Amino acid sequence: MSMATAKGTAAMLRLDGVSAGYSGFQALFDVSLEVRAGESVAVIGPNGAGKTTLLRAISKLIDVTAGDILMEGSSLKGVPAHEVIALGIAQVPEGRRLFARLNVEENLKMGAFLPAARPRHAERLKFVYSLFPRLEERSAQIAGTLSGGEQQMCAIGRALMSGPKLLLLDEPSAGLAPVVVQSIFDLVKRICAEGYTVLIVEQNIRQVLKVVDRAYLLETGRIKSSGAATELLASDEIRKAYLGI
Amino acid sequence: MQIFDIFLLEAVLNGLLLGGLLALLSLGLNLVFGVIDVVWICYAELIMIGMYAIYYFYVVFGWPLLLAMAAGVLLVAAAGAALHQFVIRPVLGAEPINQLLVTGGVLFFLQAAATLAFGIEFKNIGVTFPPIIVGDISFSMPRLIAFGVALAGMLGMYVFLKRTYLGTAIRAISQDRGIMPLMGVNPNRIFLLTSALGGGLAGLAACLLVLQYDIHPAIGLSFGPITFLICVLGGLGSMVGGFVAAFIFAQFISVGGFFLAVEWGYVIAFVFFIAVMFWRPQGIWGGK
Repeated sequence: MSMATAKGTAAMLRLDGVSAGYSGFQALFDVSLEVRAGESVAVIGPNGAGKTTLLRAISKLIDVTAGDILMEGSSLKGVPAHEVIALGIAQVPEGRRLFARLNVEENLKMGAFLPAARPRHAERLKFVYSLFPRLEERSAQIAGTLSGGEQQMCAIGRALMSGPKLLLLDEPSAGLAPVVVQSIFDLVKRICAEGYTVLIVEQNIRQVLKVVDRAYLLETGRIKSSGAATELLASDEIRKAYLGI
Repeated sequence: MQIFDIFLLEAVLNGLLLGGLLALLSLGLNLVFGVIDVVWICYAELIMIGMYAIYYFYVVFGWPLLLAMAAGVLLVAAAGAALHQFVIRPVLGAEPINQLLVTGGVLFFLQAAATLAFGIEFKNIGVTFPPIIVGDISFSMPRLIAFGVALAGMLGMYVFLKRTYLGTAIRAISQDRGIMPLMGVNPNRIFLLTSALGGGLAGLAACLLVLQYDIHPAIGLSFGPITFLICVLGGLGSMVGGFVAAFIFAQFISVGGFFLAVEWGYVIAFVFFIAVMFWRPQGIWGGK
């Protein structure tokens, strides 16, 4: 669990001029951003801006073609994807991606797969259940049969089971019923309040800006602007283009 | 009439014993298919290699039988891992038909290699057991051992898959390969481990078969097709389905063979298989 309760000034995660993409298609251009310990930061932008690619690059699921990603000062160059989580970076992927035919408890167990996380499995399971009592009620239920909101809780719980320092959330509100979306943002707010450092990407700009400290605006793979969430919510650029005001 | 009933009972019980063995055979194939999505057409040839290994360790090198068997299991487990690393891994992204053909190629390679290396004469490890007689019914000891060991092996596999982190990862990876790195899991390591386990199960089957059958390069043909049919009948990749289908199939063979002739037992079993395929092409337990 994140120990950073006071907001530090040192960058926990830093991206320096990162470019990345898929074969024959570049999705990110010279992206620089940082997330400080204890902070919650959002990357907002329209569909197709490269937000998911950004998180995939941080988790090393795709290669970074230029620039560098640093976690607590050390470069992720040459770190294979399955070792990123050992550095304290856990991701809740887009669409939740639960193991649909495993039950809730087994999904959470997969989050504690790291050898270093196993001795603390019971303790963290208790913590996740205290955070999401609904999951404890459904612990033996097959994950594929959970409601969308419960699935999101399970996906977040699974990521917390590794005891991450930094939590990456990819479009947690996507694909959920409008009534559930609000509760998901309440959930994110609670995670931030627990002291986790959070980097969240969202299209639901108005909602996410209400729960995070700072945000970056990503458009067609480039950072267009950044600032405190309250500033961005009030800025003309965001209001006109994204909030339709 | 009294005699008839006892023979029928004996056929049913022998079918049960055969079912345990067939269930073990299908487990390894189902495990590999369920996790890696590749059918090892050469699965029974791995068993053949294991039988030869046990023969050489025990008869030629003079090792104790249990040591020879343990070495046989380890050897086939290593062969399973090697099969994945050098044959399956390069074609993981290829068309399913190519994956089938490549393991089919390994089948012929292993058969030919065994013929060259070991010759075509039948070999036997020469271990015999007296039959066990309970009342008027006699059981073959190797079959009883095979049944017990097969059940224990399957139970062990079940507990492993259900309880351990690695076992849970093996079940998880078949559902979403792409996000396994986010759990800190190296997918290739899980595939290698699964292949070694599949090989180990083939090795365990070799230990049991070597007590009952002569060894020759084409022995795989006696078990390969029927193992494959049982897996398909149960629902390819479904370990529970394979387990149930093995016992159904074994009863058709054993009881059918009792009423008619042994060969007819197989005919009836295959007719049943074809009928089920018309009714449920995905197999009894298959979900897809």
